[in-house]
Amino acid sequence: MFRIRIHGRGGQGIKTAGRILGTAFFRAGYEVQDAPVYGAERRGAPMFACVRAGREPIRERGLITRPDLVVIADDTLVGIPAAKVLLGIGKHTVVLIQSALEEANWRTRLGISNPILVLPGRALNQEAGEPLAGATCAGAAARLVGTIPRETLAQALREEVSSLGAEILERNLEHALAAFDAVTANAGIVVQTAGTAASDYIPPEWINLPFDPAQLSAPDIYAAATSVEVRTGLWRTMRPVIDYARCNHCAWICSTFCPDSAIALRADGAPEIDFDHCKGCLICVAVCPPHAISALPERAVPATQPAREGS
Amino acid sequence: MKQLLTGNAAAAWGARLAGADYVPAFPITPQTEIIELLAQWFATGEMGGRLVMMESEHSMLTAAAAAAATGVRAFTATSSQGLLYAMEMLYTVPGWRAPFVLVNVSRGLASPITLESDHNDILAARDSGFLQIHCAGCQEVLDSVLLAYRLAEDERVRLPVIVNLDGFTLSFTREPVAVPLAAEAAQFLPQYDAKNIRFRASKPISQAVAVLGGSPYSYFRYETHLAALNAVDVYEEVATDFAKRFGRRHAAVECYRSDDAEYLYFMIGAFASKAMDAVDRLRETGMRIGLVRPRLLRPYPVNALRRALSGKKAVAVIDQNLSMGKGGVLVTELASALYSEPGAPLLASYVAGLGGRDISQEEFFEIAGELRGAHTRGSAPAPRLLYTAEELRELRKLQAIAAVEREEIGGRK
Repeated sequence: MFRIRIHGRGGQGIKTAGRILGTAFFRAGYEVQDAPVYGAERRGAPMFACVRAGREPIRERGLITRPDLVVIADDTLVGIPAAKVLLGIGKHTVVLIQSALEEANWRTRLGISNPILVLPGRALNQEAGEPLAGATCAGAAARLVGTIPRETLAQALREEVSSLGAEILERNLEHALAAFDAVTANAGIVVQTAGTAASDYIPPEWINLPFDPAQLSAPDIYAAATSVEVRTGLWRTMRPVIDYARCNHCAWICSTFCPDSAIALRADGAPEIDFDHCKGCLICVAVCPPHAISALPERAVPATQPAREGS
Repeated sequence: MKQLLTGNAAAAWGARLAGADYVPAFPITPQTEIIELLAQWFATGEMGGRLVMMESEHSMLTAAAAAAATGVRAFTATSSQGLLYAMEMLYTVPGWRAPFVLVNVSRGLASPITLESDHNDILAARDSGFLQIHCAGCQEVLDSVLLAYRLAEDERVRLPVIVNLDGFTLSFTREPVAVPLAAEAAQFLPQYDAKNIRFRASKPISQAVAVLGGSPYSYFRYETHLAALNAVDVYEEVATDFAKRFGRRHAAVECYRSDDAEYLYFMIGAFASKAMDAVDRLRETGMRIGLVRPRLLRPYPVNALRRALSGKKAVAVIDQNLSMGKGGVLVTELASALYSEPGAPLLASYVAGLGGRDISQEEFFEIAGELRGAHTRGSAPAPRLLYTAEELRELRKLQAIAAVEREEIGGRK
C-alpha cells in the first residue's frame, strides 16, 4: 500500500491535493482512501491530508504514522514542531518539499539521510493569491509513485477542480502537469510498504494513568487572555500592508472586522496591525473603504521587515 | 460503478436515494457536509422536497418527528453536543411511533471540547427508543440509511432509527462507494405508504397524549420495547432482501474470521476495520483470532451475539466510550448477554480511541497477546485505557507549559 501525507496550511489547497491524488490513484485502478486532517482553525493553520492507495480494500484508518512519501507544500512548516511534518518517517520514506532552497540545504537542516526532492517554489503561485501549492504537489506526488499516467492525473484534476471554473482549472492543470514532468527522473522512487507484522513489532509502552487532583487534571486555564500567548501570526501566508498615505483613519472599520482583534489604533488614530496575531485572512483588505490595505505574499516581504513574527 | 465518497456524502446519498421529502437541519462539525449536499440537491431540483434550517437541534428533531407523523419521509442529521441538545425530544419522539431516520456523526463530548470521534454521544441515546445501526465504512453508511428506512417503516416496528458513523475517520474520509441506481433503490425502498400515520394541521388530533398513572404508562413504554425487539427479525429480513438486490450483506452482527477463532476482538465503528487487518496479520502467525462487530446495537442482537461468542476462549471488548465510574459500555452489555451462558468466554475490557485517539496496529497485537495470557491464567486482565508512557510525557509537557504561561500572565496558581 502507498501511504502519503501532504502537509500545508489551510487555504493552500492541501485538502484538494489529497483528493486530486486520491482520484488519480482511483482512476489508475487502485483502492483508495483519502482524508484531510485539520482542527477548528481557518486559513493559514497547519493541516495535512492523508492518501492511501493499494490493490486491496483499505482497512487502515486515520493518521498515517508510517508514510512512504511525505510532501511538504509549505517549507515554513518545517520549523513548527506542532506540524510534525517528519512524523514516523522510515529509511525508505521520500521527502518532497516545495521550496526555493536547494536539496543540500534541506539535507543539512532536516538531518536525515532519506531521499529529499525539492520542487522549486513558484512565487507566481503566491502572487496570484491562488492555492496552487496543493495541485503542484499532487502533480509531483503522482509522478513519484510511478504508476499514475499523466492523462490520469489531468483527468483527476478535471474531476476535482472543474467546479471552480475553467480558468482556475487551467492554471491548476498547468502547475500540476509541470510538476509531474519536473520530477520524471525520479518516477517510481516511492515504494509501497506492507504494514507491521504481528510476529515482529515494538510493543506499546502502556501505563496506568495515575489519579491527579482536579487542581491539575481539570481542563481549565487559570488565567485570562491566554490567546495572546498563541502567536497565530506564523500561520500567515499573505500579509496585509497599510499604505498610510491613503489611509483615512476610519480605523474602526478594519479593526472591527478583524476576526482576531489584531488591528489596534495608534495615538494618531491610524490602524496598526499586530503581526504576532494577524493570520493573514485579508478581511481588512476587503473592507477598507479607500483601498489603503494591500496584500503581500509573506515570502516577498522585504528583509527589513520581520517576515514571520512569533516563530 | 464506484465513486469516491466521504462518509458524509454517502449519508446524503442515502437520504437522496430514499427520496427524503423533508429535512430539518442544523449544522455542526463534523456533520455539516451532509446538509450542505442535501441543500444543494434540493436547490438544483435533484431532490424534490424541502430542507429547512432550524434554530436548534431540539427543534430540528421535533420537526423531523412531526413531519414523520404526517406520513412523509423525513431525514435529519446531527452530532455530539447537537444530539445531546436534542436529548429531551430524542426520548420523546420514539413514543410517537412515527418512523424516520437520523444520522449521527460521532464526535467526543465536552468537557474538554473536542472534534474527533468517540461513541459517548450515540450511546447517550441508547435507551431512547431509537434503533441504532453502527457503520464501519462509507459504503455501509449509504446502504444503512436505506436499510434504516425499511426497518423504521415496517409495521412491526414503526420506530425512528439512528445511523451512526464516526467523525473524521468516516465523515471526512473518501472511499470507493457503489451508489445504487435510483430505480433500484426505489424497488428496495418503495414510496412510503404511511397508512394511518396521517396527522394534518387542518384536522387536529391528539398524538402521544398524556397518560397519568404508572399502569397505562408501563403499557405504552413496554409496547415500544416490544416493537424494538421485533426489529431484530425484521432487520434480518430487510438485510437479506438488500443482499439479494445489491450483493452486499450487512449482517446485524458482522463476523470476520470468527467461526474457527479461539479469540476475538469485539468493537463497533470505523476502527473495527483496523482490527480486521490485525486479525489477518495474527492469523499469519498461527493465532486463531477473529472480529465480531455488532452493527445493530438497538435492538441488541442477543442471540446472534451468543452464537458468535459462546465457546471462544477470550474476547477483547474495545470500547470507544467511557461510562465514568463504570468503564466501557459495550463490555457491560456483552457481559449481560453472556452471563450464565454455557461456554461464555473471558471478557477483557479496553477503553480506547476516546476523542479520536488512534489505536495502533501494535496495540491490537498486544491486546491479542493479553487474551492468550488471560486464557492461560484463567482470568481476565484488569480493565485498561489504551494510553502510553509517551502520551503521558507529552501531556505533562503541556501542563508544564500551561503553568509557565500562567505565571507570565499572572493567573491563579
